[in-house]
Amino acid sequence: MAKDQLNAQKNYLNEQKGIKSWLFTLDHKRIGIMYLFAIMFFFFIGGVMALFIRLELIRPEEIVVGADTYNQLFTLHGAIMIFLFIVPGIPAIMGNFFLPLMIGAKDVAFPRLNLASWYVYILGSVFAIYSIMNGSVDTGWTFYTPYSSDTGGAVISMTLGIFILGFSSIFTGINFIVTIHKLRAPGMTWFKLPLFAWGTYATAIIQVLATPVLGITLLLLIFERVMGIGIFDPAMGGDPVLYQHFFWFYSHPAVYIMILPAMGIISEVISVFSNKKIFGYKPIAFSSLGIALVSFLVWGHHMFTSGQSELAAMIFSFLTFLVGIPSGIKMFNWMATIYKGSVSFDTPMLYALSFLFLFGIGGFTGIMLGALSVDVHLHDTYFVVAHFHYVMMGGTVMGFLAGLHYWWPKMWGRMYSEYWAKLTVAVIFIGFNMTFFTQFIMGTKGMPRRYHSYVDQFQPLHAFSSVGSFIIGMGFFIMAAYLLHAMFRGKPVGKNPWGALTLEWITSSPPHHHNFERTPLVTDGPYDYDRIMVENDKWIYKDQPVEKPDESQEKVEH
Amino acid sequence: MDKGESFFLPAPSSTVAGEVDALFNFILIASTVLFFIVVFGSIFFAIRYRRRNGKRQYTSEKAHNTKLEIIWTIIPTILVVIVFFWGFSTYLKMHVVPKDALQIKATGQKWFWQFEYKDGASSTNELVVPVGKPVEITLSSTDVIHSFYVPNFRIKMDALPNRYTKTWFEATQEGTFDLFCAEYCGTGHSKMIGTVKVVSEREYDEWLENNAISGEGLSLVELGEKLYTSKACNTCHSIDGTPNTGPTFQGIFGRQEKLQDGTDITADENYIRESILNPQAKIVSGYQPVMPTYQNILKDREVDALVEYLKTLSN
Amino acid sequence: MEHTGDHPKFLAHHFSEASQQQESAKLGMWIFLVTEVLLFSGLFVFYAIFRAWHPDMFINAHVHLNVYLGTLNTFVLITSSLTVALAIRGLQLKKNKQAIWLLIMTLIFAAIFLVVKYFEYSHKFHLGQLPGKFYSFDGIVGTNPHVFFSVYFLLTGLHGVHVIAGMIVIGYVLLRTIKGHFSAEYYTPVENAGLYWHLVDLVWIFLFPLLYLIG
Repeated sequence: MAKDQLNAQKNYLNEQKGIKSWLFTLDHKRIGIMYLFAIMFFFFIGGVMALFIRLELIRPEEIVVGADTYNQLFTLHGAIMIFLFIVPGIPAIMGNFFLPLMIGAKDVAFPRLNLASWYVYILGSVFAIYSIMNGSVDTGWTFYTPYSSDTGGAVISMTLGIFILGFSSIFTGINFIVTIHKLRAPGMTWFKLPLFAWGTYATAIIQVLATPVLGITLLLLIFERVMGIGIFDPAMGGDPVLYQHFFWFYSHPAVYIMILPAMGIISEVISVFSNKKIFGYKPIAFSSLGIALVSFLVWGHHMFTSGQSELAAMIFSFLTFLVGIPSGIKMFNWMATIYKGSVSFDTPMLYALSFLFLFGIGGFTGIMLGALSVDVHLHDTYFVVAHFHYVMMGGTVMGFLAGLHYWWPKMWGRMYSEYWAKLTVAVIFIGFNMTFFTQFIMGTKGMPRRYHSYVDQFQPLHAFSSVGSFIIGMGFFIMAAYLLHAMFRGKPVGKNPWGALTLEWITSSPPHHHNFERTPLVTDGPYDYDRIMVENDKWIYKDQPVEKPDESQEKVEH
Repeated sequence: MDKGESFFLPAPSSTVAGEVDALFNFILIASTVLFFIVVFGSIFFAIRYRRRNGKRQYTSEKAHNTKLEIIWTIIPTILVVIVFFWGFSTYLKMHVVPKDALQIKATGQKWFWQFEYKDGASSTNELVVPVGKPVEITLSSTDVIHSFYVPNFRIKMDALPNRYTKTWFEATQEGTFDLFCAEYCGTGHSKMIGTVKVVSEREYDEWLENNAISGEGLSLVELGEKLYTSKACNTCHSIDGTPNTGPTFQGIFGRQEKLQDGTDITADENYIRESILNPQAKIVSGYQPVMPTYQNILKDREVDALVEYLKTLSN
Repeated sequence: MEHTGDHPKFLAHHFSEASQQQESAKLGMWIFLVTEVLLFSGLFVFYAIFRAWHPDMFINAHVHLNVYLGTLNTFVLITSSLTVALAIRGLQLKKNKQAIWLLIMTLIFAAIFLVVKYFEYSHKFHLGQLPGKFYSFDGIVGTNPHVFFSVYFLLTGLHGVHVIAGMIVIGYVLLRTIKGHFSAEYYTPVENAGLYWHLVDLVWIFLFPLLYLIG
């Protein structure tokens, strides 16, 4: 019966039917869902590759794949996870779906461009798949020259694919910047923006400013391979270190493309599930922008052992520490938000706490890598591998999962099983630490990365790490099962199951085609939990204990 | 565990290693303290202020505390500034080579290290150095980027194909240490493992002397067998038939090989000699043209020795 | 969410006012132009670094470019920027016919630019002054002269691609102007096409002295 109720209600999922209504949709919510499935597909592929890598590394001898295949596997794992999963992940899925809802807009500024960016993403991924099918790449996801300009395989189609994916990223970035500038609902001032919007905004700035440089870098790499233009290949008079400068000028800011939206989600989730005003709204918002700007000045810290000058190393090291401080400030703010809150331990909150734990470790190990002398020892070892997995998976993916569980009922109007979801948090958390904490120890002991075989002393640690990776795999398998189940069979939810105050929760779940019945007029802040409380989809004001009539809930003003 | 090895770090065996470890441990301790405050603090607050019987409550409107915010900005800033200067000063030491340092040239290539000492001595994949003397390594590469990494010495430096880079160390204890290639360089990257043999000064001088007349007193076959491992042939060519980056040496002499251009060839003395000195000339089909030349690495007698040794593998 | 009566036809449903839509489109265009500048910046860095490393080679190589044709093309492009600006003015003043003619002239100038470029290119192909490993010219003193032609062909080639893209965009707004889609109230697409064209022009104004007029 409940099911019938939900289907009877008009929403973005059932308003139009048929495959065409999806492929030609201009609705940001549907485009977000299409991104969800495309990106999750590649997350799965990248994940399976990771499991093959870990399987091979259980023992130093060859088990399942030879050295060449292994080299392709870690290259593809990196390239797919970075360019097809984690860079587009949160902005393209959750940014698309929720940014317009959160700022009270009917859509993003350029709906056609938005759909185009999805097709560009698919086109880019087709090139990547073509490359995998036709010789593949074994260069590492960083495509360092002269290795990448000399090696065999399908480097050109892969880099061309990533070049194309860059346009998808740029289009999304342009769309979000303009949307936030021009399409905010009446009353939605800059400082009433939810912090997820701030995070997305800072991300969009980086997307727009950094991605073109990656594009031209990869184009130059392609021309180097085809025509030997002599920029990167020493055989033609070029300089391989110049390539590293070009590459990291994009790819370092890119790690903030990955983490800033996740930080935005964590700010939302911690505030909502602590039912408390976010501590330090402005510091959090501005630290996102600060990170975005300084992130362009630290690329050289990937090159401390490349023979760059001591002066350059000094400057890059110093700026690297500077960019660490805003992240630290955010951590303190989140802690202060939880303090004296009214905290519930629903699944999104458990992911947020996992984020604090894992991103904390990722951040502190980042300080070790930023310290020049220590970096010389740790550079290109498993310590770096562990560090960026703690930041990217422990940080971004935990934020992504927090957001996915937070917004899943809004996306589908149905709730997943809390029991299985909480169990999965534990499985992933334990598996993750088994896999990657071990790698810190291997790294400090001197195990270099990208090794198909290794010296015997590392065998027990590698085996332990591999076991952990399969536990993570199991966790994601369970998650896929209960989330898909919830999509079709989950318990229907009301507008606002978590009692959140941002605008996406004032509309129905799932939202209807035009998001809101009428354009919301915003008077309250996004985190005013000191005076507003939501119980059973009723907004209860502390100073005004009159229940809102049901119909006018589209508006937040009182 | 070796002497001086800790939970995280391998035994420090060079003069800078102690300084690097001290900073590592400082960051480790400071981070652990801060981690406990922030992360366990958050978890503690979450449990302490958990929602009881599922009822939400209005919470404090305080979202700002200037004093606190200044404190948690200033303290991390001070800490990272300390870490920055500490790290930079040791980094400078790693880069300023003492004047009296021994000069050794190291060339990285797919997939081994070639070392050239003064007086024409040379070695492959085994770097021999005296204890207690600064050693300057001048690095270069003949193909892609490699990286010279000795974990026990805490040093690492990329070897580039178009310029020289330098690093130096002073070993503080005798022994044999792993030498890794830390920059991904292809199929044999994980097999590009050498050793650093730290010996007393007397042994070092002896070794230098013997190296110049290496192989004297050995028969050609014995010398060839030694070279098979010492010149890193074993990285890519097995002697028991296992497939690898290059064709196996088992039964190679007199074997019919199909070349990439379709012609057939019998592996005789001249073919083997050519393949060592000019490896790209005739590639066996199914293999990549990745072998570096051994011109200038092997002496004439050593090439002869390898040929004789390979002959024995066909019986 | 039906369109109400006062909703003009050109106004998309998710905007509440025409000015909001116009400002959004322009802001989006400006951000896009920034990304274009950054795309070219990579090549400018390529140019700057290699010129700093081999200043003599750059000077010896650049004399093989035809300054006269380069100057001609500079005038052609600047004029085309003027015509597209006048076309927008025409729309603002409700002189649609004039706007159509000015847009056609812009397209003609763009085509002239490409034809001149074609002659320059084919001359270099003929002499073997080609990028990278295709370089077979013999007569430029200095280290790696093929790098100069790599830079030259990449910069002018990428710019040429932008000229073609600009022609497509201008052709598209021209078609819509002929169909009468634009008026003094609504001409944002023409304005954005004009902005794009000015950028193409501007990039050339940097390319011309950097490639043709050094030394």
